[in-house]
Amino acid sequence: MSAVLLIEQILNGLQFGVMLFLMAAGLTLIFGVMGLINLAHGSFYMIGAFAAAATAAATGSFLLALAASLVAAAVAGAIVEMTVIRRLYKRDHLDQVLATFALILIFSEGTRWLFGSFPLFLEIPEYLSGPISLPFGIQYPQYRLAIIAVGLLVAVGLFALIARTRIGIQIRAGESDREMIAALGVDISKLYTFVFALGAALAGFAGALIGAIQSVQVGMGEPVLILAFVVIVIGGIGSIKGALLGALLVGLTDTLAGFLLPAAFGLIMEPSAAASVGSSLASMSIYVLMAGVLLFRPTGLFGRS
Amino acid sequence: MRKETILNACVLLGLLAVPLWALRVDEPFIITLATKAVIFAIAGVGLNFSLGLGGLVSLGHAAFFGIGGYSMGILASHAQSYTPLMGWPLVIDGTNSMPLIWLFAVLISSLFALVIGALSLRTSGVYFIMITLAFGQMLFFFMISWPAYGGEDGLVIYVRNGFPGLNTLDPIQFFGICFALLCGVLLAVSRIARSSFGLALGGARQNEERMQAVGLVPCKLYLIAFTISGAITGLSGALFADLNRFVSPTMFSWQMSGEIMIFIILGGTGRLFGPVVGAAVFILLEYLLGGLSEFWHVYLGAILLGVVLFARGGLIELIVGREVAHD
Repeated sequence: MSAVLLIEQILNGLQFGVMLFLMAAGLTLIFGVMGLINLAHGSFYMIGAFAAAATAAATGSFLLALAASLVAAAVAGAIVEMTVIRRLYKRDHLDQVLATFALILIFSEGTRWLFGSFPLFLEIPEYLSGPISLPFGIQYPQYRLAIIAVGLLVAVGLFALIARTRIGIQIRAGESDREMIAALGVDISKLYTFVFALGAALAGFAGALIGAIQSVQVGMGEPVLILAFVVIVIGGIGSIKGALLGALLVGLTDTLAGFLLPAAFGLIMEPSAAASVGSSLASMSIYVLMAGVLLFRPTGLFGRS
Repeated sequence: MRKETILNACVLLGLLAVPLWALRVDEPFIITLATKAVIFAIAGVGLNFSLGLGGLVSLGHAAFFGIGGYSMGILASHAQSYTPLMGWPLVIDGTNSMPLIWLFAVLISSLFALVIGALSLRTSGVYFIMITLAFGQMLFFFMISWPAYGGEDGLVIYVRNGFPGLNTLDPIQFFGICFALLCGVLLAVSRIARSSFGLALGGARQNEERMQAVGLVPCKLYLIAFTISGAITGLSGALFADLNRFVSPTMFSWQMSGEIMIFIILGGTGRLFGPVVGAAVFILLEYLLGGLSEFWHVYLGAILLGVVLFARGGLIELIVGREVAHD
């Protein structure tokens, strides 16, 4: 195992983590502000990817495709919030889980009905395809590096939005006392629709970015959704800082465990057995990480008890 | 008699009458559907024990369903290939006797439920939902990447396991076994719900502080409930595997956990027969809507959304009205 390979894997882990952050940020905001557990968040990821693939196929422009993913997911999010989610804020978590599970069924089968069961493909634009040379002789795909950069930019933008803008102040106030800010004249239901659409747009954006690396297909959102849940449980539900740290932890753990564990078992076992034992343990590693964090901090790293 | 008791009796009779009618008109497929409904009902009764009675919203019960399934798969595959399951320190052979497989499934799944419950119950609320979901996913990915028992492809068992004195390959006899188990489980659950433990558990769900004040430890009550709940769902997993003669990691998938939860909410949360009604209606919908359209999940989603938003007590409450439930 060479250092170059290890650095490449660390970059892969970062890229994965940054993508998870885009998903987790929306989930944790929605939970923090509205107290809603949203299983349908993975559907917005899928909607973003499909919108991007369809737009790219029609126009050939990757930037337009990304814009379409943001718009489509935000619109879908706003519509869902106004028709269904709004009725769920006062319900218990069981009702929220089931209603959003029902939304997944509707979105997944609806997309299958519109686009068919075959995966779509989203091409990486020419100016971002191919590897780039980094110091120490590392060759790394430009597109993945761009994802890391874009993801970090979005993270900075989100922190700025929450910390510095008027709407950020309202969001933070809504987290701590929703009656009070309603009494102060903030239209709380508009704020909720905005936060939900913002979360959905972030998820759709992530779906479009990842859609160019993997294939765009029905059901692509759910595995990512569950990882995003792990992220916000580790980070502490409601905390954006926790979501960022949790996402990077989960991304790195998942990638590095898949790379290091089979190699580590290879030292004491024959290669084929080591590969299978290593990969089964690696697929469980992030859940072990989560169980470990919860054992010591039951409300996550940055959670409020 | 209370309206709900009459309804419950009708549901059980209906569940029994459909396959008997199917036997008369020689429609073995209908018998298989009814058997599936009964098995799902057992899984739902299992989850309802912790969810309805204890208020523990577990989105990871597919884990126990899958463990039950794989208990059957692993034991039967060893019996099928005449290899011992374990050679050291004590020799354990595979088996194709149903009662032994059930025992094994219940033991292993309650063991897992005990461990998962002990870890998950450190949290509550949303964290509990998510951590149980994550444990379910952990086992799902483990089964996919563990090559010893088929990995992603699953395991095929060629002959259904045997039950002394019965021919389990005859659909109606296998239905009978599952139906008897459902009745047994329902009886046991209703007895436990009325016992001092069940009352304390219901009390802890409603007001944890008050239960603590009278000297009970809610966490311990929850853990026992979660373990029993996992054991019942594990039993249904073993039956489901025997129905299909096939186990695969999809039994562990989180959609499965969601479906088990759907049975409960369709029928009515916290009601003894809620999951039975829910599972029967779910199978009926799957059969009717599945025949209408390839995309029947859209309709299922719409119906589920309607029930959650507008019929909060589930179908039983729609029929008998709001009464005090069995707990």
